[in-house]
Amino acid sequence: MKKPRLVVVGNGMAGIRTVEELLALAPDMYEITVFGSEPHPNYNRILLSPVLAGEQSFNEIVLNPVSWYEDNGIRLHMGKTITRIDRARRVVMADDGTEEPYDRLLLATGSQPFILPIPGKDLDGVVTYRDIRDTERMIDAAKTKQHAVVIGGGLLGLEAANGLKLRGMDVSVVHLGDWLLDRQLDPTAGGLLRRSLEERGLTFLLAKQTAELVANEAGHVSSVRFKDGDEVPADLVVMAVGIRPNTALAESAGLHCNRGIVVSDVLQTFDPRIYAVGECVSHRGIAYGLVAPLFEQAKVCANHLAQMGIGQYKGSVLSTKLKVTGIDLFSAGDFMGGEGTEDIVLSDPAGGVYKKLVIKDDKLVGACLYGDTTDGAWYFKLLREGRTINDLRDHIMFGESAIGDSGVQGQSRAAAMQDSDEVCGCNGVCKGTIVKAIKEKGLFTVDDVKKHTKAASSCGSCTGLVEQILMNTLGGSFQETPKTKAVCGCTDRTHEEVRRAIREHHLLTHRAAYDFLEWRTPNGCATCRPAVNYYLISTWPHEATDDPQSRFINERAHANIQKDGTFSVVPQMKGGVTNPSELRRIADVADKYHIPMVKVTGGQRIDLLGVKKEDLVRVWRDLGMQSGHAYGKSIRTVKTCVGSEFCRFGTQNSTQMGIDLETMLANMWAPHKVKLAVSGCPRNCAEAGIKDVGVIAVDSGWELYVGGNGGIKTEVAEFFVKVKTPEEVKEYAGAFLQLYREEAHYLERTVHYLARVGLDHAKRRVVDDAANRRALYERLLYALEGLPDPWAARIKGTQAREYIPIKLITERKLDEQAV
Amino acid sequence: MNKPSEKLWLRICAVDEIPLLGSRVVERDSGNVAIFRTDSEVFALLDRCPHKAGPLSQGIVHGNSVTCPLHSWNIDLSTGEARAPDVGCARRYPVRVDSGDVFLGASNTMKRHERSQQ
Repeated sequence: MKKPRLVVVGNGMAGIRTVEELLALAPDMYEITVFGSEPHPNYNRILLSPVLAGEQSFNEIVLNPVSWYEDNGIRLHMGKTITRIDRARRVVMADDGTEEPYDRLLLATGSQPFILPIPGKDLDGVVTYRDIRDTERMIDAAKTKQHAVVIGGGLLGLEAANGLKLRGMDVSVVHLGDWLLDRQLDPTAGGLLRRSLEERGLTFLLAKQTAELVANEAGHVSSVRFKDGDEVPADLVVMAVGIRPNTALAESAGLHCNRGIVVSDVLQTFDPRIYAVGECVSHRGIAYGLVAPLFEQAKVCANHLAQMGIGQYKGSVLSTKLKVTGIDLFSAGDFMGGEGTEDIVLSDPAGGVYKKLVIKDDKLVGACLYGDTTDGAWYFKLLREGRTINDLRDHIMFGESAIGDSGVQGQSRAAAMQDSDEVCGCNGVCKGTIVKAIKEKGLFTVDDVKKHTKAASSCGSCTGLVEQILMNTLGGSFQETPKTKAVCGCTDRTHEEVRRAIREHHLLTHRAAYDFLEWRTPNGCATCRPAVNYYLISTWPHEATDDPQSRFINERAHANIQKDGTFSVVPQMKGGVTNPSELRRIADVADKYHIPMVKVTGGQRIDLLGVKKEDLVRVWRDLGMQSGHAYGKSIRTVKTCVGSEFCRFGTQNSTQMGIDLETMLANMWAPHKVKLAVSGCPRNCAEAGIKDVGVIAVDSGWELYVGGNGGIKTEVAEFFVKVKTPEEVKEYAGAFLQLYREEAHYLERTVHYLARVGLDHAKRRVVDDAANRRALYERLLYALEGLPDPWAARIKGTQAREYIPIKLITERKLDEQAV
Repeated sequence: MNKPSEKLWLRICAVDEIPLLGSRVVERDSGNVAIFRTDSEVFALLDRCPHKAGPLSQGIVHGNSVTCPLHSWNIDLSTGEARAPDVGCARRYPVRVDSGDVFLGASNTMKRHERSQQ
């Protein structure tokens, strides 16, 4: 069967990004043809300003070289403009007579600069600023001409002016508004910007309306005349007063346009065979001129072209950044404020810092920063999330670091970091390496950076910092990691969607889940398989099949893999309590199997390190103890203090409470590891304040704390409830953990789960609703009922082959055969 | 170079003694060989990740790849090469399946083998 034909009109960032997304989803689905008016392959239009300023060359900003089109089997027509679409015959026609039939058509015709309708607009020496040709013309002009006038004090105009100044011209910027960047900044910040640009030698003519461009005898522009009669000399005039969507082609084909080609939430035009993305479209009445929204559109459009049929584009919240080296400004949302809004303002004109936050109904709705933009990404995040900021209000102006959150979620001070400063401590990646990769490889997302540099790919605690570096490096083209994220590259489904499908459709096996959810890969990957496995067995205990091949080696072998391929063995020691007989057996086993290290763990257990995999089962058998689960996304340990049995301060028997909890939770799989502690008095020797569930005994009962974490970023557990009896401790703790098991995403610790759903949600479901609490508790007990100790099962012979290597007795060099 | 006719094929085990989407280790003094079984094929690689020598045999097998258990490099089972953007290569060994048994290609002086006692 012949493949359907996809024709792309427009060889720019939006069109090609859509093609890239499509190729990632469905590489062989279409025969693809691309038409572009410019005689170049796709380049990064955002980086024209650095080219103009002489900071980068054209070759450096090419995103897809011609070879990319060849490698992907795409036919590329450069320098050909499509002039007509025949929708009845489904054919497009180019200005050189080329005809191309299509089954699906993608319009990405972009925008064109708005030209002021004034006398002299067509003179020599009058240019716009849109593509590489305009940029080259300006660079040429700067070599021979002296006076440049830029009309338009917006982002593009200022970047043009800055570039021309750096190339040695005298530059004046004419602007109709009362202050610069009046669409992005408020008057105060605009004034600060003007001052610092003036220090760089630019001249500003504000509130001036251009009346005419005057020519010399040779028909070349020589000056600009204003409505008020003033005149300034000009050998080069750059018009940067705005853009308008390129809709002529679509309109001539009878497609509905209204200040842009009107598209639906799936980027379809009024002709269902024709899609449109980028600056040429009008979505819900808005035409976007920045790159981040275009990329979001590309993703959705590609998804529908690939006939996945999921994903909607619902519009974008914008933030802007000026790409003038050395000037930091940032704005987002409704930064002007007005009726019904409040402002928080910090103004230090002498220091060149100005920050304004606009708040409405306890939510951040706008931000305008000048001079210090390090917290831009954070404000933008708060703004997009629309969360209430009551709790942050006192400190919000001083940035994220002021609220003490510089770890997991954290952006510390990316902008202030040196290139040699380490960002990712796990993989030893410096800021300079990340910035270089972003620039040279054209990375736009945190995931791209993870893949190419390994930063943020291990523990993930520097993700916020990487995001901020991306933001600082890319400015407006930065793509925020979507809040609802697909599980992995095998699917577009989110964790919630996967879980819901498994629950609602009673899916019991991996195969059923992948088929039902239309996984793109035959059997998942190392990211999704463990997640799906957990969702299956936690949703359908005693019914779903636990697939050992979908578990990470530690959970498959029931021991912890070490860097040299040996394993560590931690026997169960409930509450950290042991006895002479166990200790003797541990000592004997350590001798017998030549175990190189015996160590006490942070969770009050004994760790035998350096055990060979083939010895594991025998080690367990000789120990005669149960699995301590120190290796899994599961219950780990319940740490205890001595408690009232011996301690003179102890108020309750915390040791027994810990043993009871550990007995109840034995063999419990969870989204991530789960650690508990029980302290016998508020001195809290068991460190219950940094556990997933911490229990602190007081004279009148037990206090429960949840969501603590002593790991990557220390998080103090929050007070959950106070109860009277040990039975209640088990019921409340069990119900909370079951809620977590049912609702958290795979690999989400309790602290991150609670940050997502809110502590109040957990309290409502567990503390306030007694019936629901009991139901949760019973579901937990049912799930755990009859689960075998994994070590005992393996001593009896379960999965024996996992532990047995095949031995070659005659040792010869297989290497001679290596291919 | 050995001509194909000189190649000795050693029977390693039955195919179904390797878990589907799993692996077995063949122990050798000069470095273990990992035998992987995917949906449709069997592959053999030196059991040593090109990154930091992690035991690839202990990784999760998916599609035609295995993910190293130490730092999650993805290795293509058919070529032994790390998936982009990582760069590196694990040595491949000839392996074939005949009537439900797995054979590893070896030099002709390798005479016999047997399974371990366990």
